[in-house]
Amino acid sequence: MMSREHPDLLLTTSPFVKDPADASWIMWQVNFALMPIAAAAFWYFGLAALLVMTAGILGAMSMEFAVLKMASGFPGKILDGSALLTGLLLALTLPPGIPLWMAFVGGAVSIGLGKAVFGGVGSNMFNPALVGRAFLQAAFPVAMTSWPAVSSADRFVSASSSLFAFPFMTPTVDGISSATPLSARFFDGVSAPLQDLLIGNTSGSLGETAGLLILVCGAYLAIRRVFNWRIPLAIFGSVILLTSILYQIDPEIYPSAGFHLFAGGMMLGAVFMATDPVTSPLTQKGCWIFGAGIGVMAVVIRQWGGLPEGVMYAVLLMNAMTPLIDRFTQARTFGSTRSERFTR
Amino acid sequence: MNARFFHTTPSFKHGVHPDDYKHLTRDRPIERLPFPDSVVVPISQHLGRPSKPIVSPGQYVYRGQLIGEATGFVSSPMHAPMSGVVREIMLHHHPSGNMTEAVVIDRDPLSAQTLFGERRIDWRSMSAKEIIDEIGIGGFVGLGGAAFPTHVKLTIPEGKKARFFIVNAAECEPYLNSDYRILLEKREAVFEGIRVYLKALGAERAYIGTESNKADAARFMREGIPSDLPCEVVEMETKYPQGAEKMLIEAVLHKEVPSGKLPIDVEVVVNNVGTVAGVGELFLFGQPLIERVVTITGPGIKTPANLMIPIGTRLSDVVAYCDGIMDNTRQILFGGPMMGTAQRFLDVPIMKGTSGVLFLTEDKVVHREEYPCIRCQRCVDACPVYLNPSRLGALAGARLYEDMLDYHIMDCMECAACSFVCPSNIPLVQRFRVAKGLLREQQARENEKQKAQS
Repeated sequence: MMSREHPDLLLTTSPFVKDPADASWIMWQVNFALMPIAAAAFWYFGLAALLVMTAGILGAMSMEFAVLKMASGFPGKILDGSALLTGLLLALTLPPGIPLWMAFVGGAVSIGLGKAVFGGVGSNMFNPALVGRAFLQAAFPVAMTSWPAVSSADRFVSASSSLFAFPFMTPTVDGISSATPLSARFFDGVSAPLQDLLIGNTSGSLGETAGLLILVCGAYLAIRRVFNWRIPLAIFGSVILLTSILYQIDPEIYPSAGFHLFAGGMMLGAVFMATDPVTSPLTQKGCWIFGAGIGVMAVVIRQWGGLPEGVMYAVLLMNAMTPLIDRFTQARTFGSTRSERFTR
Repeated sequence: MNARFFHTTPSFKHGVHPDDYKHLTRDRPIERLPFPDSVVVPISQHLGRPSKPIVSPGQYVYRGQLIGEATGFVSSPMHAPMSGVVREIMLHHHPSGNMTEAVVIDRDPLSAQTLFGERRIDWRSMSAKEIIDEIGIGGFVGLGGAAFPTHVKLTIPEGKKARFFIVNAAECEPYLNSDYRILLEKREAVFEGIRVYLKALGAERAYIGTESNKADAARFMREGIPSDLPCEVVEMETKYPQGAEKMLIEAVLHKEVPSGKLPIDVEVVVNNVGTVAGVGELFLFGQPLIERVVTITGPGIKTPANLMIPIGTRLSDVVAYCDGIMDNTRQILFGGPMMGTAQRFLDVPIMKGTSGVLFLTEDKVVHREEYPCIRCQRCVDACPVYLNPSRLGALAGARLYEDMLDYHIMDCMECAACSFVCPSNIPLVQRFRVAKGLLREQQARENEKQKAQS
C-alpha cells in the first residue's frame, strides 16, 4: 500500500499482445514445405541432387555470413532461414548435372547481387534465387541446359563426374543428355505423358518436376497463411485461359493447358518463386494482376521466345513491375470512394 | 462449426483474432469493492475540457454530490464517489502518465454511504433536451475507454437525424469482461437506458451489438427484450476491433461512415453498454456516474475479479482487495492489451474510462526485436480501415510525415491491429501515433500563421 512506485514496471506503448508468427517462423515454414520437394529431387536424381542442393545452400549461407560480418548493422541473421531458403530454392531450379562450384557461385550471387546490394532482406526488388539462376543462365549456358536422365539406375551409388568439374574448365556432361519435356515438345514435337509430368518422372531442374507434390506443399503454405494463394491461382488461371485458347487454334503448335502447367518450372515458379512476399505486391488486387502477368508472360516466352522455358524471366519482369502495381492498386480507405484515393 | 454455418456472421472486413483470455474473469459476478479510506478524483477523466472543482479543503461532501462543474459544452462534471471530507485539491499521478489536479476525499467512517438525493427521474414527461441535460449533469461519459461526454454525443447537430442507436457491447479487447457482466447482471438497467436514449435521440430502433464469445449474454438479452421495445440483439464475429464505432456500424447496419465523418452522418449513434446501463440507473435511482464495473485480470493478479469500484479509488486499494500481485508482474495496464496504457505508479486512480486493469507477468510481456519489413501483407489484411501500414511504416521510418497524408494516415484510428500481426515486430502503430501528433501540430501552426497574416 505504501509503495507508491513499483520498482519493476515496464513502460511501453500498446499493443501489449502479439501474434506469435514472426518473420523467421515464416521463412522456416517455407523451408519446411520445400523438404518433400527436396526429397523428391533426391528420389529422381540421387546423390547429384543432394550435392547440388548442399552446394547452393553453402554458397548462399557463406555469402550471407560474409555480408553480415562485413557490414555491421546489416539487417537479418544467419539463422533466420532466409539465406537457407534462397540457396535451397536456387538449387531446386538447377540441372542435376551442374558442376558444384557453379551451384555454389550461384548461391553466393543470389545473396550478393540479389539481396545484399539492395540493402538486405526486405529491400530487394527481384527474387534473389532467380537472380542467381539468371546469372548462371547467362554465364554458363551450356551447363545450365544439359540435362542428365531422370531415375538412372545408379543414381544412389554414383554421381556424374560433371558435378566435380574444376572451376572454369569446360564442364563435361557425361552419359546421355536427355531433353526436358519443354524442349522435347517445342523443338522435337514430342509430348511427355501427363502422368510423368504430374509425378515428376521427367528430366529437368532438380525441384521442378514433381508438379503434384509442389501443389500439395503450396496448399500447406496457403492453409498456414504463409503466402498469398491469390498469386499462384492467378498464374494458373491466366495460363489455363491463354493456353486453352491457343490449343483450340492449333493443338500441334500449342500444347494443352495441362502440359503448360505441369511441364518445366511453372509449378515451382508459381508456388515458390512468385509468392516471395518481398518481391510481390502488397495489395490483394495487385496480387491478381501480378500473377496474371506472370502467367501470360511465361506462356508468351515459351511459345514465341527463343527459350523453351520462360517462367524465370516472367517472374523477374513482374518483380520489376511490383512497385508500379502497388501504386495503382492502392485500396480505397474505409468510408471513401475510389476517386478520393489520392488526396494530393 | 455452429448451425449458422451458411449465414455469414455479422462483422467488418479485415481485423485480427488475438487470444481472448476472457476465461480468467468470465464467470465472476460483479463484486462491490468496499469504500476505501480515501479517493482521488482527477478533474480530467474525459475528452474535452477538465472540470472545475467547486469544493474546498475541509468541506463535507455526500456521496453523489456535485464537486466539480463542467467548463464548457465538451466537458463533464464530477461527483463525490463517497461521503467524507475533502482533504485537499492537489497534483496527483494520473493514468495518462501526467500529473493532474485531483480532489482527495477522506471517507467518513460513520457514513452509511447512502446516495445523496436519491430519486426516480421521470424521463417520460421530459423533452429530449431535458433528458440530455440530465445526462450531462450526471457526469456521464463513454465507459468503453475513450470517455467522450455522453451528452455531447446525444446532441444531434442541426440538420442531422439519428435513426438508429447501437449499444456497444462488443468488448473486443482481450481479457476484459465488464461489458459482458453488465449484460448478464444489469439487463433491466440496459433496457431502461435504451428507452431513454431512443427518446433523447428520437431514434426509431436500437441494436445491441455483442460478439460470439458472449453468445450466452446475447441469448439472455434477446430473451428479455420487452415486447414494446424496438430493439434487436446482433451477435457478431469475435474479432478485434469489432467495438470500434465505425466497425460496429458496418457489422450491424452494413453502413460505412464516410472518412473524416461521424456516425451521426449515417444516422447512427453508438454508446457503450456500461454507459447505457449507467444512464438507466440515473433515471431509476438518480445515481450520477460515481462508480463503474472494472475487470481486474491477468496472470499478475492473485485473485482476478469484476469489481464495482468507486471512481477515484487508488489502484493500490484494488490490488489489496484482490490479494496482491504476483512477484513477477512486469506490466500493469489500464484498459485492454490492444489499446491500454501502461502504468508506472500504484497510486493512480480508477477513472470513468477505466474498463479494466490488466496485470502482465514477465513471460507475457512482449519483447520486440525489429526485423526489416518482408511485405507479407498481414498488416494490410488486418487494417480495418484499409490503409497500407507497411508503406506508412516505411514513410514514418524515413520521417516523410507529409507523404503519409497521401496514404491517409489521418484515417488511422490507432487500433494497433497492424503492430499485433507484424511478423517483423515493426512498431507500426507506435510510429503512426507520433506521425499523427506531429502532423496535427504542424496543421495547427499553419492555421495560426494564416490567422496572423489575414
